Amino acid sequence: MTTASAPSPSDASTRSSSDKLKDAVIRLAGNSQDGIQTVGGFLARLAGRTAQEVMTYMTIPSTISGGPSIFQVHIGSGEVLSPGDDADFLVAFYQHSYKDHISSLRDGGVCIYDTDEVEPDLTDRRFTFIGIPITTTTIEALGGSARDRGKNMFVLGLLTSIFDLSREKLTAIIDRQFGKKNESVLRNAMLAFDAGYSYPISESLGRDYGIAPGTMEGDHRIATDGNQMMTCGLLAAGVRYGAGYPITPWSPIMESLRSELPKYGGLFVQGEDELAAVSIALGMAYSGHLAVTGSSGPGLSLKMEALSYAVMAELPLIVINVQRGGPSTGLPTSVEQSDLLQAIYGSHGDAPRVVLAPQDVEDCFYIALEAGRIARKYSVPVIILSDQAISSRIEAFAEPNLDEFMVEAELDIAPRDESFKPYPLDGLTRHAPPGTPLTGGIYPVVTGLEHDEWGHPTANPELHQKMTARRRNKLIALAEEIAEPEIYGDAEGDSLLVGWGSTYGPIREAVDRMRSNGEKVGAMQIRHLNPLPNGLDKSFARFSRVAVIEINGSGLYGCGQLATLLRARYCDPRIQSVTKTDGLAFKIREIVAGVENLKNNA
Amino acid sequence: MSTAAPSPPEKLTKKMLTADHPTWCPGCGDFAVLAAFYKVLEKLQIPHEKIVTIAGIGCSSRFPYFVNSHGLHYIHGRALPLATGISLSRPDVHVFAFGGDGDGFSIGGNHLDHCARKNVNLTYVIMDNSVYGLTKMQTSPTSPIGYKSKTDPTGAIDQPVNPMRKLVASGASFVARTHASQVKHMMEMFERAIKHPGFSVVEVLSECVIFYPGAFDNSIPRKGGEFEVIDERKWDETSEDESRHDVTDFSAAMRLSEEASPGKFGTYYEVDRPSKNVLEQKWIDDSKAKLGGASDKEVLQARFNQMK
Repeated sequence: MTTASAPSPSDASTRSSSDKLKDAVIRLAGNSQDGIQTVGGFLARLAGRTAQEVMTYMTIPSTISGGPSIFQVHIGSGEVLSPGDDADFLVAFYQHSYKDHISSLRDGGVCIYDTDEVEPDLTDRRFTFIGIPITTTTIEALGGSARDRGKNMFVLGLLTSIFDLSREKLTAIIDRQFGKKNESVLRNAMLAFDAGYSYPISESLGRDYGIAPGTMEGDHRIATDGNQMMTCGLLAAGVRYGAGYPITPWSPIMESLRSELPKYGGLFVQGEDELAAVSIALGMAYSGHLAVTGSSGPGLSLKMEALSYAVMAELPLIVINVQRGGPSTGLPTSVEQSDLLQAIYGSHGDAPRVVLAPQDVEDCFYIALEAGRIARKYSVPVIILSDQAISSRIEAFAEPNLDEFMVEAELDIAPRDESFKPYPLDGLTRHAPPGTPLTGGIYPVVTGLEHDEWGHPTANPELHQKMTARRRNKLIALAEEIAEPEIYGDAEGDSLLVGWGSTYGPIREAVDRMRSNGEKVGAMQIRHLNPLPNGLDKSFARFSRVAVIEINGSGLYGCGQLATLLRARYCDPRIQSVTKTDGLAFKIREIVAGVENLKNNA
Repeated sequence: MSTAAPSPPEKLTKKMLTADHPTWCPGCGDFAVLAAFYKVLEKLQIPHEKIVTIAGIGCSSRFPYFVNSHGLHYIHGRALPLATGISLSRPDVHVFAFGGDGDGFSIGGNHLDHCARKNVNLTYVIMDNSVYGLTKMQTSPTSPIGYKSKTDPTGAIDQPVNPMRKLVASGASFVARTHASQVKHMMEMFERAIKHPGFSVVEVLSECVIFYPGAFDNSIPRKGGEFEVIDERKWDETSEDESRHDVTDFSAAMRLSEEASPGKFGTYYEVDRPSKNVLEQKWIDDSKAKLGGASDKEVLQARFNQMK
């Protein structure tokens, strides 16, 4: 995502007076089997092709089939940072969709409903209601044989007409998606699409809702979700081997790696459990490869013993944790950022490892590259904390330049001479993988017991002290090379909003909104969470208050997890917390209100 | 002689394979297992740098420290998945996993089943002493009912694991049983296991002279026991051959595993089944062939193009 300095709030009242809209938030509400995710995906891909920005948000029921589901698309001609607080348009497929989601529509918004299924309260003057027999019109368009399938394509056609989207480009995207299956699927999809596109809706709307052409630069734009971008980042980082165990919302990454890696001469293994998965991946790492494992919160807990081993044995490994609501099975398909302390401290013993967090879908690619770089250089496990929101939402952004970023996978089994030591006290670990001839004739043992420089077990008090420091010091060295995060908005003033992970976009929009109200506010997103970048205190000192925005609990002492760390690091009472645990991404107004609340209680 | 001629590889000797002196108690059965392993490697002349020894936690799992080869001492019960990662990502090396009955049948029991089912190409030696020795005398998954330990002071009450039955049932493609006091037989079993393509597992009865002395006396002839070796089918078309054990016969292997203590020693089961290594490599080769020599960067670029 490019960084634009001009505020572009999605609030309807601040829209420009030109007759084209700058952006629109559309919420499709139906059941999970209606294919509304497909429609959302098409719209997102279209945005990528038309230099528009897009951000999506969806909920999936954790039941196996069926159940209410929504897909929200925020599409704009300028920068789009969040899925949008309130919808401008609601498309309700069923009565329950209408009942559950009418409150998400802004005042003055448009509710399109299926007259075959929904009976809205037409006396509600806050909204414009437009009833369309979506089900029967779709069945008629398909020749009466398709039951209620194809409603999603009908709605897509309708939206294309309402928002004056490029029919030509959308048709090409549909063609590529369905053309692969068979001709009749494509034909039916296009029949339903055209029925929606030609449906006479413009009179009912009363105004033009066409969205202005995109302003985002660059021809090479792609649209995808965070799990797919994480997969691509791993492939570009030179990861060729890995292992995992299925768990929501991590599974799509392992499914993609399982299919993709053989094309690169590599392999992804499905383990019998999480402990096997991390162990298989560590076996690959010991073998000299950059390897990956991953999971979600419960699975990360199960991997903790092996991760402590990886710290002690100094094996490089990338570990992805797509966070979800916890504790325990918790909320498997909801967003939460409550695994930060587990990621940093979850293992037994003093086991320092690296923890990173991507800030949006695009950043999943670059954070994977960074994880690969650090794991290789410092021979250490690196945990990437993604989350359910980033993993599933679709964004459009500039395609990464592979000429610049592609890292070659390499296996170094060149002979080592007699000076080789796996754990030198005065340097970083460079293991000699199996197959490496040791010309001095002495072969190394990689071990989880405390050891000397050659890997021999020892309980020598002085060595345990030195080796513990050695494992810690490499992270301290890493902190030296991490750039201090940039500050968005004001570099000094009233409040600095600090976030990590998927709150990046909403925090920036909140800063835009607060600044447009005349406040002096800045934002800082931290991508390196352990070790933290040095010098944050200098930025903190320039603000009256540091508000740490996180989707987790406020803890026993009033601080979220990152706020707890920052307070421990800087002992600064200006560091305060804005947290929530409703399983949903932060809305802009919740952040603004949270910071306001800190001010009032100061 | 031309200077470009490669020097012949150094002959692998027991001396080259010897590392730290074992920390095992004097009289421990594991010494014989280690000695037999050295001798078999010496005989097979596997290149030194391609030998990898892996273990979990336990007395016998100290094995990698005592073999001068690439080695890794891992966490309790998970040696097999770790060894799986090596075997699948490095088909050029020979992976040997070692452990005890607690590591293999208790905390790592699930991994043993799955490694066997997947037929991962590696050799696993289980030194079974029917007791937890490193933690000083608790009941193990193979301790017989009535065995008095610190966790069962009035005698073990849980039915023990039957190792041969478990291993054959889980789908291991080579299953053998031997005895640390029978070095020649042990070496023979190790050699067959190492040469077997796929998952090969050898259970070695290896006495703990401190916490369970005499555990296997009924299979040691000089102590009055009987060491009965499986009479394997020779396919010589004689009438007596009919009654011999067919190592490819799953039901026969299961029947053999049901024999009362001390049971028989030798190869219970040995079948040729494609290993996971072979099947995964086929998928890799097929995937690569479809791409017609495209570079990694081109493959990833094609994926981006689909997102446009």
